[in-house]
Amino acid sequence: MLATKTFDVKKIRQDFPMLQTKMNGHPLVYLDNAATTQKPLPVIERMDQFLKNEYSTIHRGVYTLSHHATAECDAVREKCRQFLNASKTAEIIFTKGATEAINLVATSFGRKFLKAGDEIIISAIEHHSNLVAWQQLAKEKNLTLRVAPVNDKGELLMEEFEKLLNPRTYFVAITHISNVLGTINPIQEITKRAHHAGAVVLVDGAQSAPHMKVDVQELDCDFYCFSGHKIYGPTGVGVLYGKMKHLEEMDPYQFGGDMIEQVTFEKTTFAKPPAKFEAGTPAIAEIIGLGAAMDYLQGIGFEAIVEHEHELLEYATKALSRVPGLRIIGQAEEKASLISFVLEGVHPHDIGTVLDQEGIAIRAGHHCAQPLMKRFGISATARASFAFYNTKEEVDKLISALEKVSKVFK
Amino acid sequence: MTDKFHGTNGAEKFKSQEVRLDDLYQEVILDHNRRPRNFKKLEDANAYAHGHNPLCGDDYFLYLVVDPSGMIKKVGFEGDGCAISKSSASMMTAAVEGKSVKDANALKDNFIHLLTDNTASETVRAAAGKLKIFEGVKQFPVRVKCATLIWRTLEEALKDRSQRKEEVSTEKE
Repeated sequence: MLATKTFDVKKIRQDFPMLQTKMNGHPLVYLDNAATTQKPLPVIERMDQFLKNEYSTIHRGVYTLSHHATAECDAVREKCRQFLNASKTAEIIFTKGATEAINLVATSFGRKFLKAGDEIIISAIEHHSNLVAWQQLAKEKNLTLRVAPVNDKGELLMEEFEKLLNPRTYFVAITHISNVLGTINPIQEITKRAHHAGAVVLVDGAQSAPHMKVDVQELDCDFYCFSGHKIYGPTGVGVLYGKMKHLEEMDPYQFGGDMIEQVTFEKTTFAKPPAKFEAGTPAIAEIIGLGAAMDYLQGIGFEAIVEHEHELLEYATKALSRVPGLRIIGQAEEKASLISFVLEGVHPHDIGTVLDQEGIAIRAGHHCAQPLMKRFGISATARASFAFYNTKEEVDKLISALEKVSKVFK
Repeated sequence: MTDKFHGTNGAEKFKSQEVRLDDLYQEVILDHNRRPRNFKKLEDANAYAHGHNPLCGDDYFLYLVVDPSGMIKKVGFEGDGCAISKSSASMMTAAVEGKSVKDANALKDNFIHLLTDNTASETVRAAAGKLKIFEGVKQFPVRVKCATLIWRTLEEALKDRSQRKEEVSTEKE
């Protein structure tokens, strides 16, 4: 296959300065990619160049610099459209990140359209960001929040989900990929059934945008969002995609400059999407960085990324399964490259500390998904989450460090 | 490596391994983690508090029987958490049982001082007695809260009922 021939992980690692660093006397083994990803030189250098030579505000200036910055940001919006295969560039809204995108929809769509007695469906494996926003909206507007259950492998029970759908279901908010279990939800099937019941669907793509080619038209979701910093771009910028018919009808999210059409002291008319949802000066340099990150990802290609990450997942799953006393939490058939696990007699926090001393960064805790932890009868897990720049050698290091954990806690 | 324009140089800071895992996971600590003492709910408790760390999920219930003269007659705890939090809880219960509320509070202040202040004096260290083994936690700043959680919970349990919150979080200090 072409992908394997051109994909050279050693060469790719050279693009990431952080992967050349040492941690506690060892070369850094960074396995917390589901939390945030390291940045490649093209992103760092593009932002550096922009800040040094091209920086100014957007939209407002009559001068050349501002015109240039505006054009650069517009170009990134178009890149985002291509990245998600949205049909219109104006369907791309810049936010602070996925969390703000979800809050935007809960506020601008949820507050406007949902009425007492309406129902929202989420899944049992949501990150707090795609749970609390809806729970609070439900509390405020007297809505019913329903939770679609998962089986012991962490897979959504489609027949149970379908049973929850009814004429009062107004909204379905669901994660594309679980940040704890790695489960890839069958979004196309979900949107099909939800739409059939007349519901609107938001997909939390924080964990899918980094790992797979997303096509919002194919998924047919009404909203999709992701964070820049999880796709090798900067923090402080994210994207909300929304179908234009919704964006046009929704209320603004915040009020201020850049989102208005005309203002008098008596009233204001608002700009069209996306400007309607982007009050104030945006994270200009970060948007530029996000554009560079998407270019970088396109350069590698998702075909190669998926193949390498899948290989890592299989290799790590096999190796971890052989560690005595280790249990993998989340064994979905369709799974992204992250593995949550518990080790008998050792708390994940202690695993994290011992691994840190070996230069290995993993996540330990409830991963902002406390109800999920409860569902699986645990209080915390250790999680190794892989990116395309990770290697089998790093998995081997993880395994030997886990052997050290077992020795300390024998 | 700090200069006017570049701040702390992380790369330099993280390059070397200076801390020792053995200082953190000492045999006594591991033993209390494996076999925590007083690890039970006290049905006759008249003072109790709930302590948790929302960041890592350490979660304990502490039960005390305090007699009218202010003596701690019995201590018990339940819950789940890392080796540091659990062993600290176990050793705390052993240390305060039989002490007056006043002495237990003094021991608590001393312990927290020992773990959070780098300039802790020899007097402080000596007063900590067996609990001194938790000094190694200081080399692991993110773990200090694990060791102090149960002591913060004790502080809450021993407060006058009128002022008690009954729930302690490491993130609300």
